[in-house]
Amino acid sequence: MSGSGAPADLAPVPGLARAGGEIILDRLTKHYADTAAVDDVSLTIRPGEFMTLLGPSGSGKTTTLNAIAGFVAPTSGRLLLDGSEVGGVPPHRRDIGMVFQHYALFPHMTVAENIAFPLRQRRVPKTRRTELVTSALDTVRLSGLERRYPHELSGGQQQRVAVARAIVYAPRVLLMDEPLGALDKKLRDWLQLEIKRIHAELGTTFVYVTHDQEEALVLSDRVAVFNGGRIEQVGTPDELYERPSTLFVARFLGDSTVLRGPAGPDDTGDTPDSSTLAKCGRTLRAPGRHSGAGAIVVRPERLSVHPDGAGPDSAGPDRAEWNGAEWNALPAVVEREIYLGSSRKLELRLPDGDPALVREQAGKLADVRPGDRVTLAWRVADSVLLADDPTVEDAVT
Amino acid sequence: MAVLDELTTRGGPASAPADRVRARPALLLLPALVLLLAFFVYPVLTMVWRSLTDPEPGLGNFGWFFTEPANLRVLARTFTTGLWVTLITLALSYPYAYAMTAAGQRGKAVLTLLVLVPFWTSLMVRTFAWQVLLQDTGVVNRALALVGLGPAHLIRTETGVIIGMTQVLMPFMVLPLYAVLSGIDLGLVRAARSLGARPVVAFLRVYLPLSMPGLAAGALMVFILSLGFYITPALLGSPTDALLSQQIFTQVSGLLRWGRGGAMGVVLLVATLVLIGLATLAQRRPARRRGTS
Amino acid sequence: MRLARGALWVFCGLVGVWLVAPALIVLPLSLTSQASLVFPPRGWSGRWYANFFHDASWIGAFWTSLQVALLVTVVATVIGTAAAIGLTRGQGRGLVAANALILSPMIVPGIVFAIGSYATFLSLHLVGTLGGFVMAHTVLALPFVVIPVTARLRGFDRRLELASASLGAGRWATFGQVTLPLVAPGVLAGALFAFVTSFDEVVVSLFIQSPYLQTLPVKMYSSVSRDTDPTIAAAASMIIVLTTVLVLVASYLTVRRSRVR
Repeated sequence: MSGSGAPADLAPVPGLARAGGEIILDRLTKHYADTAAVDDVSLTIRPGEFMTLLGPSGSGKTTTLNAIAGFVAPTSGRLLLDGSEVGGVPPHRRDIGMVFQHYALFPHMTVAENIAFPLRQRRVPKTRRTELVTSALDTVRLSGLERRYPHELSGGQQQRVAVARAIVYAPRVLLMDEPLGALDKKLRDWLQLEIKRIHAELGTTFVYVTHDQEEALVLSDRVAVFNGGRIEQVGTPDELYERPSTLFVARFLGDSTVLRGPAGPDDTGDTPDSSTLAKCGRTLRAPGRHSGAGAIVVRPERLSVHPDGAGPDSAGPDRAEWNGAEWNALPAVVEREIYLGSSRKLELRLPDGDPALVREQAGKLADVRPGDRVTLAWRVADSVLLADDPTVEDAVT
Repeated sequence: MAVLDELTTRGGPASAPADRVRARPALLLLPALVLLLAFFVYPVLTMVWRSLTDPEPGLGNFGWFFTEPANLRVLARTFTTGLWVTLITLALSYPYAYAMTAAGQRGKAVLTLLVLVPFWTSLMVRTFAWQVLLQDTGVVNRALALVGLGPAHLIRTETGVIIGMTQVLMPFMVLPLYAVLSGIDLGLVRAARSLGARPVVAFLRVYLPLSMPGLAAGALMVFILSLGFYITPALLGSPTDALLSQQIFTQVSGLLRWGRGGAMGVVLLVATLVLIGLATLAQRRPARRRGTS
Repeated sequence: MRLARGALWVFCGLVGVWLVAPALIVLPLSLTSQASLVFPPRGWSGRWYANFFHDASWIGAFWTSLQVALLVTVVATVIGTAAAIGLTRGQGRGLVAANALILSPMIVPGIVFAIGSYATFLSLHLVGTLGGFVMAHTVLALPFVVIPVTARLRGFDRRLELASASLGAGRWATFGQVTLPLVAPGVLAGALFAFVTSFDEVVVSLFIQSPYLQTLPVKMYSSVSRDTDPTIAAAASMIIVLTTVLVLVASYLTVRRSRVR
């Protein structure tokens, strides 16, 4: 436990521009009383990657982040930073950067003094300190504010100073704990892109915690979805959105229509890895293998709405091409339409009472109105069959 | 006054997710606790011990105290003086504290400053000054003569003691009162008025009850402090109207009767503790009434 | 309503005068030319100040008070700040009891503590010693340090310490560069109160004094009971000036720091 003199394992600040570090979580567990806040979590975060830990409150993502930072001691499991175990290393010697939700800027120091703080701990000489502080402020586009105090800055500016302070000594890993949570939407959207840009510029490994799935999709190289202390799925935003592996992930990321029913193997033999699901008296097909209570998930932009014609030749959902191997269809009634400018959302109700959600781009809107009977159709390939999870709600959005 | 803010502010909450308890911060309490045990608890216990063992073991000293009519008179006088001081202080402090809440920034600063001056003016200085002021030919008497209230014999009387003690103790009433009064939502009083209550009624039914916590805290503190006051009664009062603290002084310092002095000290201490106990209980009961629904 | 307002202000004015008057009369009184404590003075003279500075017992008492108060300030501030940190950062049920114990000198009647201390000091041969005075006064001053410092610590955002750690500052560096500067106004206020408490203390000092070692308030007390010597007014005036200067200095420093709060 050293106090004076730069701690030996805090790397000095040479020409900076260090690459990102690799983090390995191996069966990490943290118990508080009898509950496991983090339950057997294993994850490899690659050097230079932007990894987001996504999940609802209490899902364990923040605890995991704090474990990486060293503020929380794991009950069991290993934590490796660039190959070395850091479980017993105190936070101030892990050489990581951290950005907190409420900035945690030192109120009694100026912006420059705040940013120079970690450099002082590393005994960086004064002239070099000033250089690095100016460069860090440059990176976050706040040059010129060196002499201000935190309380004189806006929320967005304070957050950027916090980022500057965390990157000035070029840590190999930067942790961010819901840093944009306290800001308004427009500012958040803009700062998200700034963070993405800074990540690209620095090449540091970013580990970002948020409950906002849109934010996760925008920022990340990969996302780890947390639920109840465990990771349900890790993948690129694209993988998670198009090919969720659990119903929780499907519902947490983006909107979807969930068709619940009994599932079984696909006997037709047309497509090898698909199953069938009985719904509203019809047999639906979907990729994925599951037997028992199942749920087919279709994204709202993959559903098309077709008004049932008044004439005798419009057979509705029973049209031949909608019951083959390529397409599925179900009857439904339009309940509500929500106009969003560039798109429109339609909330519909299926014959067995379940909801459905369709999203259409402006310019390609079907000619339907609330109250109309319609046919919902989609490509089998655009859907996925998952195990049903009764804990996941049935709400439309 | 920024400095006194530090004494009256109650800090806000701050949370942290860290669970790494660094080596026993409770150890930092050790020097303070050792000091207090050696130089506070031990002396007080010594006094209690002496009261029970000097000149011979037993409750003789307490028996003496409670059977001598002179002692009981002293006890009664101490309590009534304390009561008078508390009431007068309250009567003066309540409007003053209210004025502080109603004043603008300048006025508030001035009023606060005035009430804090006694705080840092030495007790000796103040009591000495009162001695001068309350003389038969002193300023107070001459001012009274101007107003036509005639000369009054104030020095070496109970009245003089009460006047002196009230001035010394006023800050202890004004500050808690102000803290509570400034937190009262005047919108509630306005609501009462809009519902038809006359100003007096609104005050009695809405404002006053809401100010109770501060009022009770201040009153209790002033009363307890006045019980143990020594300097002011000793210098401004007369030996024939001595209060309990003066009697204790006489017994120990003058007569070296540790047992009797100690016994009176125990009585004073017990009275103080009982009052605090009652006040703590009183604080809890209204919470039950108000809180649950 | 206007009438009520006006009456309120007149009332406050009178109360204000009444609160401050004693302190104010002492200053002119110290400059009286008479050898009696008649107010208002009928003539002016500075001889009582000269008397004060030439009289060994007065100057001695003043010097003793100053020494004791300075020592008490240092000891009480260090011990009190440490205790405050222990109270706010520590865990365990004993903390509530510890807190009560630290604050108890404020509620125990002064005379009770005084005779207890006298008895103890007699047996420990501490009567009339500098150390004795410092110990007794520190006990009384301690709550006045602990209260403002704990208030500051409780309002202190602990996440700042986490941030500091994440940026590479060890425990002592964090304390010195982050915690202490932000807690300083409370520590300063506590130090000031400790000084004033000790400098002003009379009751306990009356008992634990000796003819060779007295504090200024004690000397004033015996002078008041015995003489009508205006030197006491000179002493009183100097006490007022000293404490006022201290309070102003402390306030100025506190305000400067509070700017960033």
